[in-house]
Amino acid sequence: MSENGEKLNEWPLWEVFTQPKTGAPHEHAGSVHAPDAEIALQNARDTYARRNEAVNIWVVPSDQIVSTTPDDSGAFFDPADTKPYRHPQFYSVPRSVKKRK
Amino acid sequence: MSTLETKPATKQEVLHEYILRLADDRLILGQRLSEWTGFGPELEEDLAMANIALDMIGHASSLYEYAAELSGEEDRDDDYYAYFRDDTDFKNLKICELPIGDFGFTIARQFLFSSFSYFLYEQLKDSEDEQFAGIIKKHLKEIKYHLRHSREWVLRLGDGTEESHQKIQTAFDDIWMYTGELFDMDDVDKMAVKHGIGADSSGFHNDWKELVVNTMEEATLKVPDFNQYMQEGGRRGFHTEYLGHLLAQMQFLRRSYPDGEWK
Repeated sequence: MSENGEKLNEWPLWEVFTQPKTGAPHEHAGSVHAPDAEIALQNARDTYARRNEAVNIWVVPSDQIVSTTPDDSGAFFDPADTKPYRHPQFYSVPRSVKKRK
Repeated sequence: MSTLETKPATKQEVLHEYILRLADDRLILGQRLSEWTGFGPELEEDLAMANIALDMIGHASSLYEYAAELSGEEDRDDDYYAYFRDDTDFKNLKICELPIGDFGFTIARQFLFSSFSYFLYEQLKDSEDEQFAGIIKKHLKEIKYHLRHSREWVLRLGDGTEESHQKIQTAFDDIWMYTGELFDMDDVDKMAVKHGIGADSSGFHNDWKELVVNTMEEATLKVPDFNQYMQEGGRRGFHTEYLGHLLAQMQFLRRSYPDGEWK
């Protein structure tokens, strides 16, 4: 941003998500600059999907991403620290289930 | 061999000449596009143009390899055609060798050429020569992308700012006289059609015009006159002054160190 609050003469930033194969979840690949959505898709294709890395691409305006901040980390993530029982590995598998394997 | 005088006679010679023309178009325009590498208006656009340049040089390379096979000369390969022929041996269309100009010029030229390639390849994919048709089918997907990329940019530059509109309009006006050559049908073309290996470009001339006119109108651009004076001669080895300089840069290293290898 310049002093008077106007945006610099630069294309907006887009976050790129690529899907490695059908059915797989989209993964964050990186970002590109582009004037609009169609060009963002093309730029994403040229930057992140030119070597068979993807079967589908999403682009999202970066300023539309809502993110937690480092300040949130305590409240958001620490409470999970002492609760190993939330992981499936915490539970032992009953013998009868084991037998069936 | 000076290809200015020799005329292909057999089916194999016709196919050889026909394929060389396609390959020369792609090598020369690919080389031109590669000049943007490091100078693109944005990093992403720089990458896109380098990608398209690489695609086109790749297309040329596989066509040259097939031409080498058809030539019957044992010591020929793709490098022979790219590096060891002179300007009069090159049969590319003049539109391919024009300097890159500004971004608008590059986009306008790419749009006119890629749209032509798209319609041409749609015909050639049914060529009776199976190996040739196979190469064409493989390249067609990439050509569709080149067309999409350049078309989207024509729309944005034409219907963009006053400056971008004026620049790309000037580009179309300047390039226009090089578009007639795309549809010239000479003896080689006619013989290739007769042998079932080539395409009659008059068959898709109107489709091409329609796409160009629709795109330019959507981009709020004025379509120049299709019946104006048109350049020709590229297919016979007569070129603009720009080709020699391009070849000098492209061929210098290979000719200076003919047996050089990457180590």
